[in-house]
This record gives sequence, structure tokens and C-alpha cells, in this order.
Amino acid sequence: MTQRLTIENITAHYGTTKVLEDLSLDIAEGELVSLLGASGCGKTTTLRLVAGFLAPTSGAITLGGKDLTRLPAHKRDIGLVFQNYALFPHLSVADNVGFGLKQRGIARDTRAKRVGAMLERVGLSHLADRLPGALSGGQKQRVALARALVIEPPLLMFDEPLSNLDAKLRIDMRVEIRQLQRANGTTSVYVTHDQEEAFSISDRVAIMHQGRIMQLDTPEVLYQRPANAFVARFVGFENLIPMTVVARDGETATVEAEGGVRLSLSSGHFGAIPDRFILASRADGLAVSDETNDGIPATLGLRTYLGRAYQYQCETPAGHLLANGPLGRPLDPGATAKLVPVPEQCTILAPEA
Amino acid sequence: MTRSVHPALIGLAVLVFIFLVGPLVIVVGAALSDTSFLTFPPQGLSLRWFENIFEIAAFRRTIVTSLQIAFLSTGIALVIGIPAAYAMNRYRIALPGWLSTLFVLPVLVPELVLGFSLLKSVAVQFTVPIYISLVIGHTLLVLPYVVRVISASLANFDFSVEEAAISLGSPPLKTFFTILLPNVRSGVIAAFILAFITSINDVSISIFMTGPGISTLPIQLLAHTEQFFDPTVASVSVLLMVLTVAVMAIVERTLGLTFLAK
Ligand SMILES: Nc1ncnc2c1ncn2[C@@H]1O[C@H](COP(=O)(O)OP(=O)(O)OP(=O)(O)O)[C@@H](O)[C@H]1O
Ligand SMILES: [Mg+2]
Repeated sequence: MTQRLTIENITAHYGTTKVLEDLSLDIAEGELVSLLGASGCGKTTTLRLVAGFLAPTSGAITLGGKDLTRLPAHKRDIGLVFQNYALFPHLSVADNVGFGLKQRGIARDTRAKRVGAMLERVGLSHLADRLPGALSGGQKQRVALARALVIEPPLLMFDEPLSNLDAKLRIDMRVEIRQLQRANGTTSVYVTHDQEEAFSISDRVAIMHQGRIMQLDTPEVLYQRPANAFVARFVGFENLIPMTVVARDGETATVEAEGGVRLSLSSGHFGAIPDRFILASRADGLAVSDETNDGIPATLGLRTYLGRAYQYQCETPAGHLLANGPLGRPLDPGATAKLVPVPEQCTILAPEA
Repeated sequence: MTRSVHPALIGLAVLVFIFLVGPLVIVVGAALSDTSFLTFPPQGLSLRWFENIFEIAAFRRTIVTSLQIAFLSTGIALVIGIPAAYAMNRYRIALPGWLSTLFVLPVLVPELVLGFSLLKSVAVQFTVPIYISLVIGHTLLVLPYVVRVISASLANFDFSVEEAAISLGSPPLKTFFTILLPNVRSGVIAAFILAFITSINDVSISIFMTGPGISTLPIQLLAHTEQFFDPTVASVSVLLMVLTVAVMAIVERTLGLTFLAK
């Protein structure tokens, strides 16, 4: 039942405005891939292309080896879950869920059985005869989910399905969605602008920006090893320090940042060090120390307590940086110290154009 | 927790009520008068002026014509107006803003002018039969109301519902009938009733379009009052009201029920 989705070099326009540019995405059978990005980056547009509500300017979409690109939307057999639920206001919960089965010409009693079983799974059996207007947001979203799942589509697509729910319910529902998706093994595309949500339920996440995919990888890789400066900032790397190699001596490279700050880095720790690069890390990638001479000289600013460490706002010749210091040695604002890169927590990125 | 209502407000409500219902009472009263002239309060009670309508052949004919024209023009206006209103709301971003104004423009033109221009440019120019001119004229007359009313009920329709249906395998045209129409049912009923009433009461357009052998009820009434000052005017008015209410009830019933049955 589950199938592989391939999006190849899709470009899409609204009128003359280019919205997606040369976008490619390959989703394996049974995999859940999230599209994550800021508002307006083209997530919904991507879904609409796959669903068939919008035609691409160029490129191809295939599902299970079948070319979808020119197939009308109602023949694509894709389960869709909308942000605003999009339930049929004039139909009961049971009829909403049974709608897709009815279109497939499935006999009334079989339909009733499958709808009943599906409502059971999402815990809404007692509401079968209600109209959508008389449901809570979470119940509506469950109906929408049931309606999409009951047709057993080879592909499920979710467009910010939880963004209208409160925080607690959002977390419960995303677990529920993931469990149902796993149980059916349905290939899925999940759109969200909530990073935690995307990372917590996805096999892989595509980080999008202005109609392109900036990186497509597992949450672990994205979180630890972003591939470029955009993704690094997106996943919370506060320190992005442009560097240039000024001398090399075997494994050790002497690098210089803005303001003449010099550091020596070992390629044993960092891997190959290109001539120009960005040293990127979160706050825990720079260790505050007042006992060493090697590091980025900094004047410490505000100190905050994180539980596992102290965090300092630091002014350095290379700009404003965020660094962590040991709990045993709190330093006061105004003190000077060195910021020492922690290789395991740092990553090297190509310089920005 | 009962709130006291200001006496002036009650007085105002009573005034408005009298203002609205007063004319109806007078017309119904006059229609029931046994006199051979129009008077209120009625002197003696009789239904003879209702019988009189049906004794005059011209009235019998024009009642039928008026009903036919009203149903036809309302039907055509709905067939044109619903898709038009749909397109304008569905593709609001893609369509120019003046388009929706265009559909409402005929309301701004004095109906007499509309009727006269239709006579000159359609009926005479292309020698269109009177009956057809009447249907065209009335359709143009009621179309703006239909578009306006349907647009209003489409304004809060969430079109992603339509996409949900399509994604579940329902072809677009079928989706229009099974998903969209049932959700604007009350709008369609309101449009029907408004259009029907406008058509069946129309004088200013019909007066140009009637001719030998074909006339509408209001025009026939006008002709009648030029010669007679008997209570027929009142009885025809009552008949028109009864017909309209009957049609409203039937439409409410049938349209309401067919949509519910889906
Ligand atoms: N119907 C439309 N006509 C013209 N431009 C559109 C249309 N729909 C979307 N756009 C534009 O296309 C771009 C991508 O829109 P899209 O809806 O795919 O964004 P998104 O990533 O889903 O954003 P959000 O998180 O806000 O839902 C945006 O710049 C938007 O302004
Ligand atoms: Mg969106």
C-alpha cells in the first residue's frame, strides 16, 4: 500500500512569481519527511503540487513509479490533512470519514464497518453522528486524520495539522499521528514551522528557505552537523565566526577571525580545514576560561544560570558571541576571559556568498 | 436578571410594526369589501372581487404569464449567477476587483432606462418575441440580486473543504454539487425568493416588453385601474402576496429537503 514519492527538479510559479526553484525530494516507502521553514518559504505550495491543485512549471512528480505530474487531483489517491481541518460542515462525523470510501464506490455496509473501525482507532466512536460544528479543535483534527487514513492512501500529507491546537494537545496529537503513520507504514510528508515538532516525529527533515531545500537529513544530523550557515542558524547555532587560515603546520592550522583574533585548530579534531570557512557552534561550543592564553579574548557580559552551566554574553573582537562556563567558577560581568572552541560541539561550514 | 426596556423603545417598536403591517391590513381589508369602489374599512364582507379576477380573461392569462416569467428568469439567473458568484469568490485573488462590481451594476441603472434600452436594442432591433424579451429583461433585473446574495453566503465558505473532497476522489464538478451547493443552501433559497419577488412585482421593465396578447399581472393591473376604480386592485395585490408566500414555502421545503437528503 505504501509507495515511494519522488519530486524531481520542480519549479513552480504563482503568476509570474517564482515560488519553488528546482526542488527535488525523494521519500522512501513508509518514511515520514517534514518540510520545515519560515512562513512563505513554499511548504504549502510543495504539498499543493503533489496533491495536484497546482501544476509545476517544470519537473516531475512520481508516486510508486507512476507519473503524477499530469494526473488530475481527484485521481491521485493522496490523503490530505489540512491546517484548518476542512471538514464538510453539512456532513456528520461518520459521513465525513466515509466520504472517500463513497467516492470509491464501496458498498454501504462495508463502508460503515471501515468507518466504525477507523473512528474507534481515533477514539471518536461516540461522536459519529455529530456535525463538525459541534466538535472541539482536537476532535476535528482527529476526524480529519481518520478521513485521510480510512482510504488507506499510498501517501499522506499534512499541512501544519496541529498549529490550531493548544500546546499540550499538540504534543499528544503529534505522537498519535506518528503512531498511526507507523502502524500503517504510510509514506508521509509533514509540513510545519515548528522545529521541535518536525524533529520529534520525522525520519528526515527538509529545511526550506525561499523555495529551495537547504538541507535534507535526519534530525540528528541537522541538529549536530548543519550543512550550511542558514541551517546552522535555523537549528540554533548562535556563534558563526568567519575564519581564514593564515598558516599551516602539519595537523595544526593557525586561523584568523575578524579583529585579528588568532586561534590554532587541529584538523585531527575538525577534519580538513579549508582556507576560508565559518566556525559554527551553539553556546556550549565555546568554553569560557580565565586560565588559558589560547582562545578568543572576550569581555564577559550578562551571566545566566542554565543548570548544567553558566552562559555568558561575550563581546569579542570577532563580534558578539555566546559561551558557556563551568558551574564551579562563576565570573562577573566586566571580567576578561578566553573563549576556547570545543571541537566536538563545533562544526566547519563553507563561507556565505 | 430581567432588564427593563425603555418605554420609548417599546413605542418605537410598535410604530415600526404598524408601519410595516398597516398597509397589509388596509389592502386585505379593501379587497374583502362588498362595495364596487375601493374603500377602507371594508363595508360588508365578500369574496366577489377575488372571483372577479378570475372572471376577467386578461387576469387569468397574466397570472400564468407572470408566474412563468418569474420562474424562468429566476431559474436562469440562478444558473448564471451561482457559478459567477462562485468564480468571483473562489478566484478572488486572480480576478480583477471591478468584476464583482460589474455584476451589481444593473441595480444602479434606473429600471425604466434598463427596460427602454432593452426594448430598443433587443426587442426591436433583433425582433425578439415579446415573451423572450420579457424573460431576458427579468433575468437581467434579478441577476444582480442573485449574485450578491450567493456571494455573501460564499464569503464565509472555506474553499479548502472543496479541495479536501477532491483529494478524497470526488471530481471537481461533482464536488460543486455535493459539497459546495449544500453549504450555500440558505443563500440559494434567499436568492431564489428575492429574485422571484422582484420579478413577479416588476412594472418598470415589463411595461416596455408587453405587447399584443402578452402582459404580466402588474401591468394588467395598471391597465385595469385606468378604467375601473373597484377593489380588484386590492384583491390582485392580495393574490400576489399569497402566490409569493406559497412559492417561498415550496422553495424552502423542496430546496431545503433535497439538499438535506444528500
Ligand atoms: N494563490 C497564491 N497566489 C500568489 N502567490 C501565492 C499564492 N499562494 C502562495 N503564494 C506565495 O507563494 C509563496 C509560498 O507560499 P506557501 O503558501 O507555499 O508558503 P508556506 O511555506 O506554506 O507558508 P506558511 O508557513 O505561512 O503556510 C509565498 O511567498 C506566498 O506569498
Ligand atoms: Mg502553508
